[in-house]
Parts: sequence; structure tokens; C-alpha cells
Amino acid sequence: MADPILELVDVKTHFAVHQGFLFRRHAGTVKAVDGVSLRVERGEVLGLVGESGCGKSTLARTILQLLPTTAGKVLLAGTSLSDCTARELIAKRRDLQMVFQDPYASLNPRMSVFATLAEPLLTHGVCEPRDVTKVVAELMERVGLASRFMQKYPHEFSGGQRQRIAIARALALHPKVIVADEPVSALDVSIQAQILNLLAQLVKDMGLSLIFIAHDLSVVKHISDRVAVMYLGKIVELGTASDVIDRPQHPYTRALVSAIPTPNPDVERSRQRIVLPGDPPSPINPPSGCTFHPRCPYAVAACRSEVPMLKPYENREVSCLRTGELP
Amino acid sequence: MPLLSVKDLRTYFHTRNGIYRAVDGVSFSIERGETLGIVGESGSGKSVTCYSIMGLVPQPPGRIESGTAHFDGVDLLHCTPRESRSLRGKRIAMIFQDPMTSLNPYMRISEQLIEPLLIHGSISRRAALDQALSMLDAVGINDAAKRIHYYPHEFSGGMRQRVMIAMALITQPELLIADEPTTALDVTVQAQILELIKRLQKEFNMAVIFITHDLGVVSGLCDRVQVMYGGRIIETASTRSLFYEPRHPYTKALQQSIPSLQQKGTQLFTIPGMPPDLSKPLPGCPFAPRCSSAIQACREKPIELAPCGNGHEQSCSRVQAGEI
Repeated sequence: MADPILELVDVKTHFAVHQGFLFRRHAGTVKAVDGVSLRVERGEVLGLVGESGCGKSTLARTILQLLPTTAGKVLLAGTSLSDCTARELIAKRRDLQMVFQDPYASLNPRMSVFATLAEPLLTHGVCEPRDVTKVVAELMERVGLASRFMQKYPHEFSGGQRQRIAIARALALHPKVIVADEPVSALDVSIQAQILNLLAQLVKDMGLSLIFIAHDLSVVKHISDRVAVMYLGKIVELGTASDVIDRPQHPYTRALVSAIPTPNPDVERSRQRIVLPGDPPSPINPPSGCTFHPRCPYAVAACRSEVPMLKPYENREVSCLRTGELP
Repeated sequence: MPLLSVKDLRTYFHTRNGIYRAVDGVSFSIERGETLGIVGESGSGKSVTCYSIMGLVPQPPGRIESGTAHFDGVDLLHCTPRESRSLRGKRIAMIFQDPMTSLNPYMRISEQLIEPLLIHGSISRRAALDQALSMLDAVGINDAAKRIHYYPHEFSGGMRQRVMIAMALITQPELLIADEPTTALDVTVQAQILELIKRLQKEFNMAVIFITHDLGVVSGLCDRVQVMYGGRIIETASTRSLFYEPRHPYTKALQQSIPSLQQKGTQLFTIPGMPPDLSKPLPGCPFAPRCSSAIQACREKPIELAPCGNGHEQSCSRVQAGEI
């Protein structure tokens, strides 16, 4: 554990909510990300799971500094991105790239594949203009697209192929870290498997670190080395993929794992499912103490007042006051 | 006699780019109280099948080229508008994928909930509201007496889907068609909604057609499953038989590409290529271009479902011939 490629130190991203039109007044703060600390090693795949609204996409955008950090630091190979000037940040982004969820929205419909992939190469001057065609062709082959499609436009491709283009665009600058925000949730199962294999292959071949965000735990477990579970802006459990998903400790992780339907009728019909009551609470006005306590089947009086911290427990970190006491 | 029996349904869309054969010769039936799962990838025709039965296919460009759909003696595809109106929303109800867009944002949910009651029965507004209230209670909305007068935007996604379910079930239908009702929801909310559908189905003894792309959801909920590909049904069987003894190469491949069933760290099984372009005629098996065991005959000879024991039917001609 020398130096991690990416480190987050108590990162917070808050949004102010205003009300009214003429006399805008401050109505509250959404704590979308509220004190997240993480380390990502070189060549590691870190899975980030949670339900919608838990702040996982905000965290992704904060890592890339697409959103400003309210507090805390994002360190890329030891340098703080939050303290960079805009110009320095542009250079830093060569090492840090993102793949978005919706391949229909994240590609410019008026740019051909060639233009999309050539743009980062030329902007950052990583290759001679006369070599661009060759480099683009290599990139396309690398993600499994035939280079003869270079002059085609996004609408001529299927969802899976578009996601390959988006991945190729992220790879163009040979980044050290890729943040993939739900890259497979818009795809069908058979196409999803192709993209997962491609990502796993690229991580292996290019020594990339990957932050893989998804709400589908089985997908995350398959691809990740370590998994972080988020609830309402905080990490509630962090550990190796098999520890967290096969032997979850935090009550929320347990409920999440038990809610995934398994494609096995006998298992599915016999197992006991933990059905959580209610919806995730609003991040504008989160519950006191442990934010999970209103939905938690194991909550006691202390959970209402005391805020739990991530503490090591059985090869992982869990933030629950009752860690170890639970059945 | 089955509650609904669909025979040789063909729904084509006549577009500028040619005829798009969304549903191409689909036959199935469902008994009272049964849960039937329809599984397939996007574009396989699973939604269009149900939209055709409900008369929700926009015409033009859509056209129902052939087929019958008998619901309790009435052919839904050829009955008078009056007959179909008296069935839809009363004896057959439907819930849709996206609860965000399928409720009217300008109407209080109380109005939307009692609408089917006022249309289909002679009932006073007050009595209808009482029924709506008990229905909201039944689908697990707390504080229903107050919330019944809310507008849709005041509910979360899961709550809206509950409202949709309450609205569909308020007339106590005999058949519920659920088109991916949990796809837009988080897993913990999905678990709540699935439990709810299971419980209400038992209470009302409804038949349910559950459309989904998630094999996991099907495994816990459905009695019988049919798999669609390229506008056709390629395999149909009881849930256990389909999961434990899939016969058709596509079903097998689909199962193998689910990450949770595979060893972590291994390569996932992938089906090469892409789903077929339905605007071109497919004389043979629609899966043949992606199938690892396809031979020339697969691409030319029309496919047909054939029984292979235990109510299991599948359409692969090579499996039928015992070659694989």
C-alpha cells in the first residue's frame, strides 16, 4: 500500500436550495456527499453502490471536479485537485476520465466517431496531427469496433456500440483513473456482459484504476475488487467485494443484498427477504443520528442521536453503532 | 377454458424505412389466477404484444395484421369499441413502466383513482372515494386519507407506482398486465412492489402477465415464463423447468450472461452480435445469426414451437431434431 493513485479525504459536496423568485432565500442545504474518504490503489476496481439519490453520481462528478468540493480534498497521485487552477485542472484531467450512464446523451450527435475520438487527442496534443487517423483506428479496435466505421455518426450505432465509443473516448488520453457512472444500466443483459468484459480486460491490459458506479450489486460484485456502499451521502460499508456482498454487516447492505432477485426459482422462493419500509429520506432534511435509523429493523434509541463512524470490523469498515451485536 | 388466449398475433409497424415486424406470429394463453412472465431484451416485442391486446398500438403506423385474442369469449382484436371499452380498465387493467409519466400531473390522485369506478359502474362519488381510500391503504400508502388529495409530483417514484397499482386494481380486474413495473425503481423499492403484487394477486385471484427483462424478478414471481426474441416466442415453460432445464440456445445464452450466476473474475459469457433488424424479413430462426450452433437450415426454415415434455415448448429446430 504505497501511494494510492486517487485519495478522497473527507470530501463534502453540498448544494444550497433556494426558494422564491424575486427574493430568493436560502431554504436549506442538500448534503449530497457528506464526508467521504476513500483510497483507490493503482490497477484496482472500486465498486460504488447505492440507491438513486444516495449521492454516488455527485461523488463521481466531484472526483472529476465537474462539481466543486464544499470541503475536503481529492488527491490524484498526491496532488490536490481541489486546489488546482482551471488551467492546471485541464492538464490533470488527462489522467482522470469519465464514462457516463447514457450513451445516447453523452455523445455529440453531430460529431462522427472520428471527430469524437480525435478531439481529446488534438486538444491535449498527445499525438501528431498526421497520426490521428492511425491512433483513432487503434482506439476503436481496442474497444471492439471496426475502424471502418470511423466516419459514422452516433445515431448509426446501437446502445452497446455507443458505450464502446464513450469508453474509447475516455481511453484516448491513456488516463490512470476512469470513473464509470452506471455504464451498463441502460443496456440489455447480453450487451451488458460484453461491456463488462471489455472494461475488465482494459483494466487488466492498461493497468487502469476504475471507479465503477452501479445500482446493480451483482454487476458490481462481478467486476470490483473492493466495494463501497453509500447511503444518503455517506459510505456505510467498505470492504472486498466478496466480504461486503456475500457477508454483509451493515443493516442497509443486508437489505440491499436481500432485495436483489436471484435468477434461481428454488432459492428465490425459499429465502427470507428483508423488505425495508418506506423510501430513502430526503437529503435536505436527513434524520438525526444514523441516517438509516427510520428504516432499520435493528435500530435502538442510541441510533437516533449518535452519528456512527466507519470502523474496522472483520476485514472491512462498517458505520453502524450496533456492529457485532446484530444477529 | 383459458382466461385469455392469443392466437397468431402479428403486429407490424409501417414506417418510412420499411415494415417493422414487431410481433410476428405469437400465440399463448393464460389461466385464471396464473402469473405469466414474458421475458426478452428491448425490441423483442414483449411490450407490443401486450399493447396490441389492450388496443394501445398507435394506428397508423402500427397495424394488427392477423390474429385473435379471446378474453372470456370476446375477441379483443375484432370487437366493437364499445365492447372493448367495457372490458379495458374494468376486467383487464394495465400498469406501465414509468410511474413518472403515466399519471396525469394536473389531476389530484383522488380523481384519477375513482375515474375507472365512475366510468364502469353506477356508483356515487362518495362511495367511489371510500373505495379509493381503502385501495390506497391496501397498497401500503400511509396516511391515505390525507394523501389521496395530493398531486402526483408530491409522491416519490415507488409511491407513484403504488398509486398506479391501486388505480389498476380498484375495479378488481381478472387480468393485470404489468409492463416492467419495477424497472425504473431502486432494488429495495422493487422488493416492496413485487411483494405487493404477489399479495394482491392472491387476494383478488387475478391472472397477471408480467413483462420484464430481468430473469431474477421472474424466478420469484411467475408460474410460467415465455421468452421472446425478434418478435416471436422461442421458449415457454414452467418457471422451474425454464431455469433449470433451458432448451433453446438463446435462453441458455441469456442465462449464462447474468453476472450473479458466474464465478467472479471469470469472463462473462457473451452473445456475439446484436438483436436482429426487424425491418428485414426473417424467414428462419431470428436467433440464427448469433447462435453458435446454427446451421444453414436454421436461417431458411420457419420455426415453430414444439412440446418437449412437461408443458415445456421451444422453437429451436436442431433441439427438436435431437441434434444438440
